[in-house]
Amino acid sequence: MTATVQSTGRQRAATPAPRKPYRRAKRRSTTLTLLTSLVAIYSLVPLIWLVINATKTPEGLLDSFGLWFDDGKFALFDNIKQTFTYDDGAFVRWLGNTLLYVVAGAGGATLLATLGGYGLAKFDFVGKRGVFATVIGAVAVPGTALAVPTFLMFSKMNLTNTPWSVIIPSLVSPFGLYLMWTFSAQAIPDEMLEAARIDGAGEFRTFFRVSVPLLGPGIVTVLLFTVVATWNNYFLPLIMLKDPSWYPLTIGLNTWNDQAQTVGGQAVFNLVITGSLITILPLLAAFLLLQRYWQSGLAAGSVKE
Amino acid sequence: MAVQQLAVRRRRRSFRGWQFVGPFMLVFALVFLAPIGYSIYLSLYKDRLIGGNAFVGLDNYTQAVQDAQFWSGFGRVALFLVVQVPIMLVLALLVALAIDSGRLHGKAFFRVTIFMPYAVPAVVATLMWGFMYSNQFGLVGNINDALNIKLPEPLGADLALASIGNIVTWEFVGYNMLIFYSALRVVPASLYESAEIDGAGAFRIITAIKLPAIRGALVIATIFSVIGSFQLFSEPAIMRPLARNVLTTDYTPNMYAYSLSFAGQQYNYAATVAIIMGVITMVIAYVVQLRGTREK
Repeated sequence: MTATVQSTGRQRAATPAPRKPYRRAKRRSTTLTLLTSLVAIYSLVPLIWLVINATKTPEGLLDSFGLWFDDGKFALFDNIKQTFTYDDGAFVRWLGNTLLYVVAGAGGATLLATLGGYGLAKFDFVGKRGVFATVIGAVAVPGTALAVPTFLMFSKMNLTNTPWSVIIPSLVSPFGLYLMWTFSAQAIPDEMLEAARIDGAGEFRTFFRVSVPLLGPGIVTVLLFTVVATWNNYFLPLIMLKDPSWYPLTIGLNTWNDQAQTVGGQAVFNLVITGSLITILPLLAAFLLLQRYWQSGLAAGSVKE
Repeated sequence: MAVQQLAVRRRRRSFRGWQFVGPFMLVFALVFLAPIGYSIYLSLYKDRLIGGNAFVGLDNYTQAVQDAQFWSGFGRVALFLVVQVPIMLVLALLVALAIDSGRLHGKAFFRVTIFMPYAVPAVVATLMWGFMYSNQFGLVGNINDALNIKLPEPLGADLALASIGNIVTWEFVGYNMLIFYSALRVVPASLYESAEIDGAGAFRIITAIKLPAIRGALVIATIFSVIGSFQLFSEPAIMRPLARNVLTTDYTPNMYAYSLSFAGQQYNYAATVAIIMGVITMVIAYVVQLRGTREK
């Protein structure tokens, strides 16, 4: 409890606050812990299944019990090696593509959402209400409603089957905009902006010097969520890309999985499973390592008390 | 004079605000507004064998209204929405309240573990659950062999939608839990203290203080879940090879629109289906927002 409370606002952590006497040491409840454990087990079982089965040979996948290791055969390293080399190293290419889409797409989306959210929170301007209504309304339109016409538009612009067709639509994150809006409204005191303006600083200078440092947890949060969105994107690249050399990991893994269904195709379930494990590890690691930042970022208003 | 100054300042500000919002709105216009406009345009035309591309007014819409394939898919996602979304959100809320209550052993562990599936791509989540569901080398098959019984097939006609609901729940319980938990943490502790002094019990504090305080988060999570349900695509589409007869190409409206355009080349009709779904989604999202913010 103490640790998380302190991590809610970096400002508070930075200035050593006088120690507050801790109000209530609540009695821990075993029943409640057990009940919550059920949900935790539910969340963990598929991941445990994935880790265990990444260690199995193709035969082991068929013969052994799903939630335990295959006796005597530990094929994890073989599987990893095969995953990276199978099909002329297709997995490595897909990993590279995913990284490209994530860096350009999520990076750009975070920048645009931060600027936009800050603008909405700290300025009064013509059409501001319209912006919010439009963004919320547009989010409700199903993916395919946009995907089909976007595909047709992009193909007229000769953008389909290029990285741009995946990167450009990823640049817009309505959720990121919303989060940065509420976060900016609460994390940046108007007086600080007024002071900077009176000192004669331009708007962008004020933004980068005064506001960005205060927006740290919010920016990390939006970045993580847009990274997840682009790393996990399936539908958009599915329609935009025909050439397997531009596939991201998600599409690539699915084509490996479908391979078993095609006539004469080789079943490579062990590689699908190992590849899946490798695909999710970077994101899980990022979430675990950056916990402090994104959890305080999500509690958008936690700074004010 | 003073009034004039104020007016000048306000006008200048309006320009300054757009400096920041402009880049977002520019890309937004390109990838959201333009395609929406384009699909409205598409939905009013039809590609005919004779005469080529012709304006047909609302013909496509009349066709969609009478299209049994479309409505069966719609019924499916509506059922999904009515059953899966409440289960997922209530579960998420209960976990958030449990973690927030401060009465758990190891609450940081729970918070992170339950959130983890969110970081797993829908493709990987679906592949994993698909493997586990399968009779051949999945957990269901293992259980059948071990106990010498025959469990109903998770991807059979009766259970397929529930099995998909399970995958979606697994993916998003933690995400929604985190939204609720973050909102709960912002509630000032002084409120609880005074309630305790007034003799309010834990249940009363939840209903009288915590739930009203996170109303905004509840509304947002509900709207996002409604949108997600109506857009159901990846999970059934990826599992299709495991059960082609059950998970048909028109299983959800989104899959229907996809197969219309990319298998059938019927771009105009696909756009119509997508617009109808978009309008229904917006109406429901709007009603949720209205109801969620009206009381109080």
